Amino acid sequence: MFDLHGYFPALMEGLSVTISLAFFSLFVAMGLGIFGALAKLSRNKGVQSIANFYTTIIRGIPELVLMLLLFFGGQTMINQLAAFVGYEDYIDINPYFSGVATIGFIYGAYMTETFRGAILAVHKGELEAGRAYGMSGGQVFIRILFPQMMRHAIPGFGNNWLVLLKATALVSVIGLDDIVRKATLAAGATKKTFTFYIVVAICYLILTTLSVWILNWLEKKYSVGVRTA
Amino acid sequence: MDFEIIFDNLGLYVEGMWLTLELVSLSLLAGFILAVPMAIMRVSKNYFIAAPVRLFVYIFRGTPLLVQIYIIYYGLGQFDAVKDSFAWPFFKEAYFCCLFAFALNTGAYTVEILRGAIAGTPFGEIEAAVSVGMSRILMLRRIILPSAFRRALPAYGNEVIFMLHGTSLASIITLVDLTGAARIVNSRYYSPYEAYLTAAVFYMGLTFTLVWLFKKLEFKWFAHLRPRKETV
Repeated sequence: MFDLHGYFPALMEGLSVTISLAFFSLFVAMGLGIFGALAKLSRNKGVQSIANFYTTIIRGIPELVLMLLLFFGGQTMINQLAAFVGYEDYIDINPYFSGVATIGFIYGAYMTETFRGAILAVHKGELEAGRAYGMSGGQVFIRILFPQMMRHAIPGFGNNWLVLLKATALVSVIGLDDIVRKATLAAGATKKTFTFYIVVAICYLILTTLSVWILNWLEKKYSVGVRTA
Repeated sequence: MDFEIIFDNLGLYVEGMWLTLELVSLSLLAGFILAVPMAIMRVSKNYFIAAPVRLFVYIFRGTPLLVQIYIIYYGLGQFDAVKDSFAWPFFKEAYFCCLFAFALNTGAYTVEILRGAIAGTPFGEIEAAVSVGMSRILMLRRIILPSAFRRALPAYGNEVIFMLHGTSLASIITLVDLTGAARIVNSRYYSPYEAYLTAAVFYMGLTFTLVWLFKKLEFKWFAHLRPRKETV
């Protein structure tokens, strides 16, 4: 049924780009999410409003528009900056890098909301107890807050991951050789558009299904010791 | 920032916004009409009624919207049977393909939202309905669905926002919606900030209006849960 005309290796290459892009973006998003959540809960009004601005703006604009803005706009901005400091040559941004930066930046905003909720779900008394023992703020975070907030964060985190994974398909629009673009190229050459896009859909379906299994397992693991009726 | 570019093309953006709104409202309407019967099938205790809906939801929630659009717009043309059929005049139009893909996609998400809301019906209400002799259909119409719609409202509001953002993908298959307008402006002047920031401002305006509308609707629909105003 699926005669891929020898394009199977190219598709798998694209798939590996998709997967690595998704993982790197996830790391960026998680880092931004944790910082954003801590900023939103900080007592400093200035830091708070920066984080609020970030999440409100990002969640009000479609991913595609943000991606085009950051990809084309970022390119222009970096070149203007470079010209400003006296660098003459034209700088071409690597689409892979800008894909990771954009997706990470967008989903950082969603992660911020997830982590903020998860941090609020940890008992304040435990954090105070940590401080009372003389732990530093960082130690309280690593030893007390993080392990406990993860349990509350996993359902939301899982949703964000699934949306992020599917959003990676958009990078084909800014010219990255992910699986969707590879399929487009192969379909253009063979006129078998349906076949190739169905293969892409199946690949995504496999990735999302695997993710759901792993997330369920993680949720169980982090909930060890929680009693339920 | 060159504001002249923005003012010169404001008409293009406004036209794009109308197309965006048209796509969002039509696909939400079609998606909702699809979703209600499917949600009822999905909660059925009969495996053979629930399973096809589960499969549909699994496929449409597990793959990117962009790939769904590509399969419908570019993919279906691979088959001569489709090209010769009565449906081809529709499926060769980017506009129709977008609507079709959006409706199925939002339909799948809405089924899950409604399923959760239906499953959350307090069992006492169903028992009460059975005890006064309501048939299954009457019970759905009078008891289960009204309260399920109410419980689904906050999640459905999020879905509407996602769909608004999702319609930006229409610009990839040549439609001139808000994003499409921005892409035209960018390619004409090569001024990405002016082009995309303007579209972003439009989208934010739409998003916040929708959020505000849903807040008002929630306020109204959840009136019975509000604490009573002090009268003294």
